Amino acid sequence: MVYSLPEEVLEHVFSFITSDKDRNAVSLVCKSWYEIERWCRRKVFVGNCYAVSPGIMIRRFPELRAVELKGKPHFADFNLVPDGWGGYACSWIDEMSRAYPWLEEIRLKRMVVSDESLELISTAFKNFKVLVLSSCEGFSTDGLSAIASNCRNLKELDLRESEVMDLSGRWLSHFPDTFTSLESLNISCLGSEVSFSALERLVARSPNLKTLRLNRAVPLGKLSTLLHQAPQLVELGTGAYSSGIRSDVYTGLSKAFLGCKELKGLSGFWDADPSYLPALYSVCSRLTTLNLSYSTIRSPDITKVIGQCPNLQRLWVLDHIEDSGLNALALSCKNLQELRVFPSDLYAADVNVTLTEQGLVSVSQGCPKLQSVLYFCHQMSNSALITIAKNRPNLTCFRLCIIEPRTPDYLTHEPLDIGFGAIVKHCKNLNRLSLSGLLTDRVFEYIGTHAKKLEMLSIAFAGDSDLGLHHVLSGCESLKKLEIRDCPFGDTALLANVAKLATMRSLWMSSCAVSIGACKILSQKMPMLNVEVIDENGSLDSRLDSCLVEKLYVYRTVAGPRSDMPGYIWTMDRESANRI
Amino acid sequence: MDLNLKATELSLALPGTDDLPEIKTTTTTTSNQIKTNKRSSPDIDASVTDESRSAPTPKAQVVGWPPVRSYRKNILQGKKVEPEMGSGMFVKVSMDGAPYLRKIDLKVYKSYGELMKSLEEMFACMIGLYSENDGYKGSKHAATYEDKDGDWMLVGDVPWEMFVTSCKRLRIMKGCDARGLDL
Repeated sequence: MVYSLPEEVLEHVFSFITSDKDRNAVSLVCKSWYEIERWCRRKVFVGNCYAVSPGIMIRRFPELRAVELKGKPHFADFNLVPDGWGGYACSWIDEMSRAYPWLEEIRLKRMVVSDESLELISTAFKNFKVLVLSSCEGFSTDGLSAIASNCRNLKELDLRESEVMDLSGRWLSHFPDTFTSLESLNISCLGSEVSFSALERLVARSPNLKTLRLNRAVPLGKLSTLLHQAPQLVELGTGAYSSGIRSDVYTGLSKAFLGCKELKGLSGFWDADPSYLPALYSVCSRLTTLNLSYSTIRSPDITKVIGQCPNLQRLWVLDHIEDSGLNALALSCKNLQELRVFPSDLYAADVNVTLTEQGLVSVSQGCPKLQSVLYFCHQMSNSALITIAKNRPNLTCFRLCIIEPRTPDYLTHEPLDIGFGAIVKHCKNLNRLSLSGLLTDRVFEYIGTHAKKLEMLSIAFAGDSDLGLHHVLSGCESLKKLEIRDCPFGDTALLANVAKLATMRSLWMSSCAVSIGACKILSQKMPMLNVEVIDENGSLDSRLDSCLVEKLYVYRTVAGPRSDMPGYIWTMDRESANRI
Repeated sequence: MDLNLKATELSLALPGTDDLPEIKTTTTTTSNQIKTNKRSSPDIDASVTDESRSAPTPKAQVVGWPPVRSYRKNILQGKKVEPEMGSGMFVKVSMDGAPYLRKIDLKVYKSYGELMKSLEEMFACMIGLYSENDGYKGSKHAATYEDKDGDWMLVGDVPWEMFVTSCKRLRIMKGCDARGLDL
């Protein structure tokens, strides 16, 4: 009897459906549901900005209030994508400025954003509320000035991990005195100092401020002043966390933290001086998130803090925590869901840091809710991985980085195939996996057989032959993103699985064994894919089909080939165009 | 699940290539380094750069590996290059009424006493170390310094090592002005 329900009723029902997946499912039920749904859809997530064009999105969803876009491939984070690759937000913002005068939220990740675009955002959208620029680049503090000056109803400005051309800290002073709606501010990536008095006044007149992430330049001595103005803070990122030996700073800080009854998350801690850590003990019992990964404090000090945080759910830390700290974590933090351990030394093992696979095993044993792991270490064993897998079948994200490529099991000198095999076998809901260490095609056989919910897979320096890649492409039913570097995977596996690529968001392969000829065949067979070859060494047109490509990025799209490709990207279309 | 290996067997071998997988043996040096578990003092630790480290495996640094983002790498590198570990610790010294400033290397001195003596000689004046009971022992000048936070402090309160790392510049004030620093 659904067809007899009036549109307004359906629309009202749909308004309770907010997940993108569910919305997409609703739109597939029938034509009238598709129509009703598209008119009342308020937010859209575009995982690859080149998969669709702004025009297509605007035509289908005329009444959006929130748009989220992602640009460059993930490996851009590690400098594998050359400059000028693309991911420009400009055309999106231009078209949206005309189509969505009531747009409230823009979230961009790994995109290039210009000051002009920021200025346009600040003037075109009268009710603009949320701007999140995650790992973006291309803009300066001038653009931020425009946002500050013009966005009267701004709630959230989050610049997380973006590369901002930092001309001066004056932009913050451009928030007018009448501006009081701020709820979240993250300027942690900025280098230069903002005017402290402007910052203090801004915080003082923002009663709804819940998240404040300062940059390193904000001195510790001034932090307590800010905290007194904003005792309602839920998330705080400190600036530099040291101040020489200043008992007045310490006391002031202690007192200020004591007043922050809502504080649940802490980050920042640059240059952290362990003697100032006890100042925050009063908030520890409520902490659910702690990011100490910018500080190089040592294990005993870290352990002391962690011991006070029984409700910790998320911990990011450097490997200075060592196995001993992780053992303590396993004992104290039974609610831990996410652990990220970053390396303090990027190449050889730091002799002063004893972080091994044991730490991770302890945590897997002691923390029953552990779901997400990112772990950098120097040694691993199959037995440890098997133990971890058996302890924690509820893992959803497992990213292990053994720093030296192709490192085998340090006990048996075998490949780590069966270890990772155990992970995918036991952790049935695993949706993200990053491999490392010595691995043969066998691990991919395990992955293809067991990792049915896997959506994102990162592979480096692994495998023996195309069989490895074939196992993954043919077996992993839920695979959306596959990124591979330095593996002997090539044409045969790729061409045997062309249809699979249309079910995925994207495939990245660099320093593998894919030839230009295979890229041409792939392009011909799959017109709904953009097959982009990155070659910084020179023109590929003159080379033989058997020539191997440096980097390959393949993604599905309904927008056709993109028009903003730099000269070093080769596509089949360009080749044909050149031939004419 | 039928992996259909037979069908793939024939077609998946790369034409004309029969490469054996290159299995590198473990770099045993890395595991040895982990097992030593020696603790050297933080000073020594900070001064060892990647280049001077005697890691037996001279691995070429691979682009984008390990997968750590640049801003994280910058934080770690920032930590290793401590300015105090450099070749000298020159700070400016000004004296009220003197027409020009001087520069001294704090690393040359091992105690406040040595520093004061040198400053006295340099400025040919009597600078005493302040003490609670005696005041300035009758001298007309007091030594103050600017610390990392930009605050002006009285020389002599903190341990010498801490002073050396936090002192940015020195100012010799007239004794009567210096009394205001007593908090």
